[in-house]
Amino acid sequence: MHQLIFSVLTLVSFGFFAFNLRKIAQNIHMGLPLDRTDRKADRWRTMLLVALGQKKMFTRPIPALLHLSLYAAFVITQIELVEILIDGISGSHRFFQDSLGGFYTFMISFIEILSILAFIGTIAFLARRNMLKLPRLSMKELVGWPTLDANLILVFELILISFIFTMNGADEVLRQQVNQTNGFAISSWFGPLLFGGITDTQTLHILEQIGWWGHILMVYTFMNYLPYSKHLHIFMAFPNTFYSKLDPKGQFTNMKSVTNEVKLMLDPNADPYAAAPPDAAPARFGAKDVTDLTWKNLMDAYSCTECGRCTSACPANTTGKLLSPRKIMMDTRDRMVELGDYKRKNGPDTDDGKSLLGNYITEEELWACTSCNACVQECPVNIDPLAIIMDLRRFLVMEESKVPTELTGMLTNIENNGAPWQFAAAERLNWANED
Amino acid sequence: MSIQIRTMAAMMASGESPDILFWVGCAGSFDDRAKKITKALVKILNHCKVNFAVLGNEESCTGDPAKRVGNEFTFQMQALMNIEVLNGYEVKKIVTACPHCFNTLKNEYPGLGGTYEVIHHTQLIQDLINTGKLALADNGTFKGKKITFHDPCYLGRANDVYEAPRVLIEKLDAALVEMKRCKTNGLCCGAGGAQMFKEAEKGNKEINIERTEDALETSANIIATGCPFCNTMMTDGIKHFEKEEDVKVMDIAELIANAADL
Repeated sequence: MHQLIFSVLTLVSFGFFAFNLRKIAQNIHMGLPLDRTDRKADRWRTMLLVALGQKKMFTRPIPALLHLSLYAAFVITQIELVEILIDGISGSHRFFQDSLGGFYTFMISFIEILSILAFIGTIAFLARRNMLKLPRLSMKELVGWPTLDANLILVFELILISFIFTMNGADEVLRQQVNQTNGFAISSWFGPLLFGGITDTQTLHILEQIGWWGHILMVYTFMNYLPYSKHLHIFMAFPNTFYSKLDPKGQFTNMKSVTNEVKLMLDPNADPYAAAPPDAAPARFGAKDVTDLTWKNLMDAYSCTECGRCTSACPANTTGKLLSPRKIMMDTRDRMVELGDYKRKNGPDTDDGKSLLGNYITEEELWACTSCNACVQECPVNIDPLAIIMDLRRFLVMEESKVPTELTGMLTNIENNGAPWQFAAAERLNWANED
Repeated sequence: MSIQIRTMAAMMASGESPDILFWVGCAGSFDDRAKKITKALVKILNHCKVNFAVLGNEESCTGDPAKRVGNEFTFQMQALMNIEVLNGYEVKKIVTACPHCFNTLKNEYPGLGGTYEVIHHTQLIQDLINTGKLALADNGTFKGKKITFHDPCYLGRANDVYEAPRVLIEKLDAALVEMKRCKTNGLCCGAGGAQMFKEAEKGNKEINIERTEDALETSANIIATGCPFCNTMMTDGIKHFEKEEDVKVMDIAELIANAADL
């Protein structure tokens, strides 16, 4: 009976998770094409260093160490999950214990130690968010769901770890009743400390089962919570760093659609009445909505865990302007999910009449950006908020002619006399003859 | 010492070709403060007998501010016109004292048909010293002075050039002091992304004031920069705090020209 319930639960959990992953993939595919398949070796190296090695986290050592404890516990615990799956389906108890012997004891001990560190780390994170109120973790874009989301994840972690020690602790006491021991680093003394007073074997068995089922239920809950949460970064960090922009940060894309038009303008032999080739111009210049961004911009949005390092380094934000690179990423994600759901319900070619620019992001935010790349530099998973800001600006300027007045003058000067100020080209060398 | 400049057109007419083109940039050509940086660099080039030329009235804005505003049309018009001129003169190597020109020429022109070796003036000066073409005089100009370097975003983060300017400052008889936010963490001066040409959006502080505070905290006597726009912003910041007497804002080229008695 247990085995049946477990198998059905496992199938349902993985099924629902796969269903949600497919939605995420569909949403990312709403973006425009972009080729990021070049320089494979550099891409693998970036992913290993930045995602697996968490290189950029270590610019701030204390949160990096706390984060590392959670991350390591999460990764290593996956090994134990294999055994839980086998035990659950076959009805065995600690399937690998006898065959692996000392190595098994070592592995579980390792997991126990990491779990304790993760428990401490989690409590520190909760305290930092809710008691220390770190500025970047209590900004206005985090009010409501984002704050609840962050706390829920941390509470999930605490519950999950508690179940692990309930399981291992009760199991240890049962062993000790027959003068044996599992010999795991933490539970061999922590188990008796918790449950040593219980002599009834039946109660201990029930406790062990509560720990086992509680653990796996939390794992499945956690897994299926991820697609609705910023915590999705634990998966997205890997593809997202693999497909990082590898060009210099200062290099912005040259829009091909514009090159074609400009070349026509500069070509004296061009026929102004010629029919445009079918792929001549895109639907619009720049981005108004998520469907005008590239798939990588959208993957960036799903990879964001709202840590706010970008925003805390943003010169505009730290001097009180409206712009927050984190909000740009959160808005992009929220709009993408909204539009994706709408399209799945009403058909792929439908539109709900809303847009990223306008309904989510305002012009004032965009015009505060100095394009300094501090946000891009800071992001621990190589998200590029600047690329989105620039594409939205392009739409504002090239499609809507919405440019701050002073900038209109500057642009006119460049077009008329080849300098942002009103000086004639003939005066370019005057400096040479001045004192 | 009077400066010697030749234009590409003049060199071409006499059948010569320069080793390197000095891209002066709009700020370097028209902004009164930046013109002094241009001259300091030319003095260094003259002193080292570098065979260089300028485009003169054939130079035009690289299009950087237009591109950062989001006007890709204006940018590409400028870029394609400049590339035609540069390719026409068969330019191979370019030096510029403006990180914005540097970034655009180096990174964004190749995709439009203009591929050149582009270096920032601090890199060229470093090379001149390394190859023994430029020696600094022991004139004590900077003796006992503290100098801090403000990283221009388009030189530092945008293109990972952090060392050349610092190596040059260390060659002076002065102490290099770092601001709390430097190199990859350097704070923008507030001029990038075409902010130079507009009022800042509503906020509670100007970015250049925030950055000037970083610089003043180091109690440096000189704020060194490598960008004409950073120079303007930091100079304004120093004026805001009425520290013009105590703190000077200078380009690396000016520091080196002074130290070499040029």
